Amino acid sequence: MSATSQKPEYELLGLKSHEYDAICEKLGRKPNYVELAVFSLMWSEHCGYKHSRKLLRKLPTQGELILQGPGENAGIIDIGAGQAIAMKIESHNHPSAIEPFQGAATGIGGIVRDIFAMGARPIANLDPLHFGSLQKARQRFLLDGVVSGVASYGNCMGIPTVGGEIHVEDAYEGNCLVNVMCVGLVDQDKILRARAEGPGNLVLLIGSTTGRDGIGGASVLASAEFDETAEEKRPTVQVGDPFMEKKLLEACLEMRDDGLLVALQDLGAAGISSSASEMASRGGVGIDIDISRVPLREAGMEPFEIMISESQERMLAIVTPEMKDAALAVCEKWDLDATEVGQVTDSGHFRVFQGREMIADMPVAALVDDAPAYVVEAVRPAHLAAEPLPEDHYEAPADLNGVLTDLLRSPNICSKHWVYQQYDHMVQTNNALWPGADAAVLRIKGRQSGVALVTDGNGRRCFLDPRRGARAVVAEAARNLSCAGARPVAITNCLNFGNPEKGEIYYQFQEAVEGMAEACLALETPVTGGNVSFYNESFGQAIYPNPVIGMMGIIEDVRLIGTPHFRDEGDVIMLVGGARPAVDGSEYQKIIFGEVAGRIPDVDLERERRLQLLAREAILEGIAKSAHDVSDGGLACCLAESAIIGGKGAEVDISGVWPGGRPDILIFGEAPGLVVLTMEEKNLEYFGQLALDFPTRIIGRVGGRRMVIRMNGEDRVNIPLSGADRAWRTALETMMEGR
Amino acid sequence: MAASSQTEITPVRFGVVVFPGSNCDADSYHAVSTFAGAEPRYLWHKDTHLDGLDCVILPGGFSYGDYLRCGAIARFSPIMKAVRRFAEDGGLVIGICNGFQILLEAGMLPGAMLQNRGLKFICKLVNLRVESNRTPFTGAYETGQVIRLPVAHHEGNYYIGEAGMRELEENNQIIVRYCDEDGAITPKANPNGSLANIAGICNRERNVFGVMPHPERVCDEIIGGADGRGVFESIIGAVAGAGEQADPSSLRSSG
Repeated sequence: MSATSQKPEYELLGLKSHEYDAICEKLGRKPNYVELAVFSLMWSEHCGYKHSRKLLRKLPTQGELILQGPGENAGIIDIGAGQAIAMKIESHNHPSAIEPFQGAATGIGGIVRDIFAMGARPIANLDPLHFGSLQKARQRFLLDGVVSGVASYGNCMGIPTVGGEIHVEDAYEGNCLVNVMCVGLVDQDKILRARAEGPGNLVLLIGSTTGRDGIGGASVLASAEFDETAEEKRPTVQVGDPFMEKKLLEACLEMRDDGLLVALQDLGAAGISSSASEMASRGGVGIDIDISRVPLREAGMEPFEIMISESQERMLAIVTPEMKDAALAVCEKWDLDATEVGQVTDSGHFRVFQGREMIADMPVAALVDDAPAYVVEAVRPAHLAAEPLPEDHYEAPADLNGVLTDLLRSPNICSKHWVYQQYDHMVQTNNALWPGADAAVLRIKGRQSGVALVTDGNGRRCFLDPRRGARAVVAEAARNLSCAGARPVAITNCLNFGNPEKGEIYYQFQEAVEGMAEACLALETPVTGGNVSFYNESFGQAIYPNPVIGMMGIIEDVRLIGTPHFRDEGDVIMLVGGARPAVDGSEYQKIIFGEVAGRIPDVDLERERRLQLLAREAILEGIAKSAHDVSDGGLACCLAESAIIGGKGAEVDISGVWPGGRPDILIFGEAPGLVVLTMEEKNLEYFGQLALDFPTRIIGRVGGRRMVIRMNGEDRVNIPLSGADRAWRTALETMMEGR
Repeated sequence: MAASSQTEITPVRFGVVVFPGSNCDADSYHAVSTFAGAEPRYLWHKDTHLDGLDCVILPGGFSYGDYLRCGAIARFSPIMKAVRRFAEDGGLVIGICNGFQILLEAGMLPGAMLQNRGLKFICKLVNLRVESNRTPFTGAYETGQVIRLPVAHHEGNYYIGEAGMRELEENNQIIVRYCDEDGAITPKANPNGSLANIAGICNRERNVFGVMPHPERVCDEIIGGADGRGVFESIIGAVAGAGEQADPSSLRSSG
């Protein structure tokens, strides 16, 4: 490589000089431009997992229900009776920060294709979203655009959006997080895999034509930080066509039912390049593609553009020559273009032809398996505290009633109906629980059982302690499922971090992955796949480290599920679990004291297991009339939410629940490992037999029209339920609609 | 309605139209299949015959993507010619959500749909007052009854000119309106700004019914309600009842 005054081509494509040398070595020659373009994408952070691969091996991926772990388009989990769930979560952060509507819409499109590539019919979407302060017009614009984009694509596809989260923190101001999760249902004997097999089999390209949209999206957007040129990157965001994808979905599932497919793969980041080479890699074969056959959206496209175009709504299918006509007939029925563009070979090479001329020849293994893997020297960030804040660090506010209303109004706590009412969350008619509960519960038609789904992420806690934070995220997701009565069985993860080339970011990533691994092992929820999103930085400022997870649980009987709302006057309110609330990293700290500081409490994973088991037992035995996890906003907000949704007040006294302690911190502080159950008095004895020596405590009763929390003989909180209701219910729409 | 004859009763046959982009077709099919006296089958948008059917459902969704006006393309599809003939012969046609929009575009019902007042898609449970049970689609309800069904649409803001409105009212064609829990027709209870809180109307002959809310989504308590069952019970009752009284062709010709 001779250095000239101009930057070499490989550098313009985002490769480092030693990476270029490695490519030359793999090829035994210098790559031509098409090859270099393909390598640059396959070896980008987004496709090649260069900074994450080694650490991700620490995550547990095995389990008796796991039919497919990481490495395919989605993970697959056995739910019995010959059926399975396919699920995956992914990020579309960078495109959404540039163009929120299309960024989010195409995010949905991509993750949905991953699910039906497995042969599964998508039955639910969940979308965890993170933005900067909604006081700022730009952030409201982003939230509005992202929600509209999700709604537009998901609603049109007829896939209910049943869950997700909205988090608002200043750290996401320059780099919002748009994570998208899709869940599908599949008969186990109809599972498809993206494994090209059988030299001589044909490669069909199905769906949209190929255009210049999204050229280099993965490498340009997802593998570098944002700066002042971000606006110029708008053309790298793709435009979605959900109607095309709906037809693509139906056609693919019809071909699946007719047994016409050897393998199926969606075209996502890096387009044909990654789809074809990954399919070949999984099957241990080679693949030839003739780009002169690819239907194009516009004339004059260069070969490399065709190879890396990220035009949406396209699938690659492998069929036998005998099945080709039948497959094409199904596509024609759905008015879809389908074109034979190549074939499977035994060469072990990915070869690209333009008519008869071979224009690229690359070993599949070099593209897919040999991307460099980097380990960066981890540097412990200076802001990490070794100890929690002393109890008297902040002066206790005089008016705790005001604190409660302020917290209920926080976008992280308030009702999200402004968002989920824009999503069709009921289509497919499976919702046994509607949005607003701890988890979404879907029945499986024709069966008594169902599945529960939740997403969870808490960047603020991970920022203060990435290991504890990641442990808490897994524990909370599992606790949410348990509060719905579901047994947690598996997760999919979306790891959102800053620039991993920086030691402090790498440290956060390493700690978070290890923490997640510990919790997943302890709670028996292996990782079935996911996605890593690095370079979430703008102008050098990283987001909070944010491992977001999607978790699935199994419900044995959908008639026996837990719900968060208070039911009847006089029911006993029981606090379960021994954790002690702290101010560190809490919503209380952020909203009232304007700080994010200290050290968050760690989750006791063994206790957590027992807590969740007990909550599930109480629900399945029909004792628990409500179950709700103590989370953002602490015990007070947990009780308030149950009261508001149930339309019933509560009177609670927490004197002596914890030894000593300041009332405001115990009432509003947070710690993983607490659940509130309500039950009838007559069931207390039976519950005691279930709980044994596990910490449980009666703290009050459901009833009245007020929210009252007493401690040491004084009403610390005492407000009318109607006021709490109004604060919680109207906050987000007031912020968004300016009412 | 359950006609308990000793002899084997012919099931009431429903056809669910599948346009490309329909997405409540499977839900409608499933809802129908939960009734003992009913038998659903799918109809493809390119079909041209509706032989042997008692009721056609135009389901919700985004037919042909609805990138133009909702239903504006679907009205030209081959099956709509057959649906129109079927209705003219007295067959029962129910359009739900996108199906209602298609019926409007096809001119089989009067009026038009505008975007929701809030300019956003809206999905939630609403209260509806049954304004007339004198249709084959609402016979199982009481007139004045309040039922809860979900809406899920972006264009449900029904509009019709003054003359058309007068005609709807004179002929008792307004079948369901958005209301509050007590049945009062208030602006606040109106989710989308539709004229006079209209949620569903029928044609003058009363055999074509368009409704924005989704009865097929609330046919089972396990998913949050069963108020929608009445619509299917009504249809089954109307068809089976007519069959008992006379041969089905009389229903068709008399309307």
